[in-house]
Amino acid sequence: MASLKELKGRINSVKSTQKITKAKQMVAAAKLRKAQAAAEAARPYAERLATVMGSLAAKVGGQDGAPKLLAGTGSDQRHLLVVVNTDKGLCGGLNANIVRAASAKARQLIEDGKQVEFYLVGKKGRAPLKRNFPDRIGQHFDTSTVRDPGFEEAEAVADELLEMFEAGKYDIAHLIYPTFKSALVQDPTVQQLVPVPTPEVETGSGDAVVEYEPGEEEILEELLPRYIRTQIFGGLLEVAASEQGASMTAMDNATRNADDLINDLTIQYNRSRQAAITTELIEIIAGAEAL
Amino acid sequence: MALHFELVTPAKLVRSEEVHMVVVPGMEGEFGVLEGHAPFMSTIADGTVQIFKSAGGQPEEIQVRGGFAEVGDKGLTLLAEHVED
Repeated sequence: MASLKELKGRINSVKSTQKITKAKQMVAAAKLRKAQAAAEAARPYAERLATVMGSLAAKVGGQDGAPKLLAGTGSDQRHLLVVVNTDKGLCGGLNANIVRAASAKARQLIEDGKQVEFYLVGKKGRAPLKRNFPDRIGQHFDTSTVRDPGFEEAEAVADELLEMFEAGKYDIAHLIYPTFKSALVQDPTVQQLVPVPTPEVETGSGDAVVEYEPGEEEILEELLPRYIRTQIFGGLLEVAASEQGASMTAMDNATRNADDLINDLTIQYNRSRQAAITTELIEIIAGAEAL
Repeated sequence: MALHFELVTPAKLVRSEEVHMVVVPGMEGEFGVLEGHAPFMSTIADGTVQIFKSAGGQPEEIQVRGGFAEVGDKGLTLLAEHVED
């Protein structure tokens, strides 16, 4: 049986932990709203770009001179997995889930006899992926120095990826990131990045003859890198929203756990206190009776 | 009698309004878009977009970098990667 003093110390330490988790929960809730707003604000651009891309790609895609980014290199041997993780912890199983999805994809590709390399964005996925695939970790992009990864970071990542593609370092790239569904649910998503999959568009709206300047192919060639940048930007925004959502839920659970723990400890504390008082009384009464 | 004009960047929808005319710095030269323009698509050079709220008025200028312009039935949509007001 722990002494009264020990119990009191433990209650206090759980209480201060609870204060931290509560604060973190509130911070995450506030940041979540911001991150969601950012994700929403980015939607119009992505949607319009996808529409234009779709109509152009449908026209140019079938031809022989289609850009490499759209048609692929003709081989599917070397795969690059771009995994987007968070930089900070305290967000429950979010990073573990992403890593699991990435590992599953990598194993499946390796089983099919393909070569797999990783390109990591964010700090938290590095260690577990390195443990699982020690010699397949390629480059790493550090986002921990900026507070809110924005379009500039997406641009930097995309430029590096495009450079690697130009240099012929990989044939197919996949983007792995969590999709924010709600504060409770963030699903890891695997999406093909390069070659660019043709977005689905409903034909019929574009029956008017559109004039292109300079030409369809030139525009498409400009558009593809932009499209990839937007995809990565979308991934960064999703990971930011997911991080805050997951963190909010995890911290809510932690706060509630601490509450339970404090209750249990308080009951134990009171019981021991009463037991001590009772023993003391018995001693006094026994002493008085003996006289 | 107005042109619906939208200026969008990856981060946000910068403008969505009815204007008289917009002059866009196209890759192969500037072009002005009025209401009822034929469907048209062009990449844009780094430069200034001039927005005329009304005929003969002073244009509002916005710096854009990288992107492209699309003219359709719904009006003019400008997708720019960077915008400086």
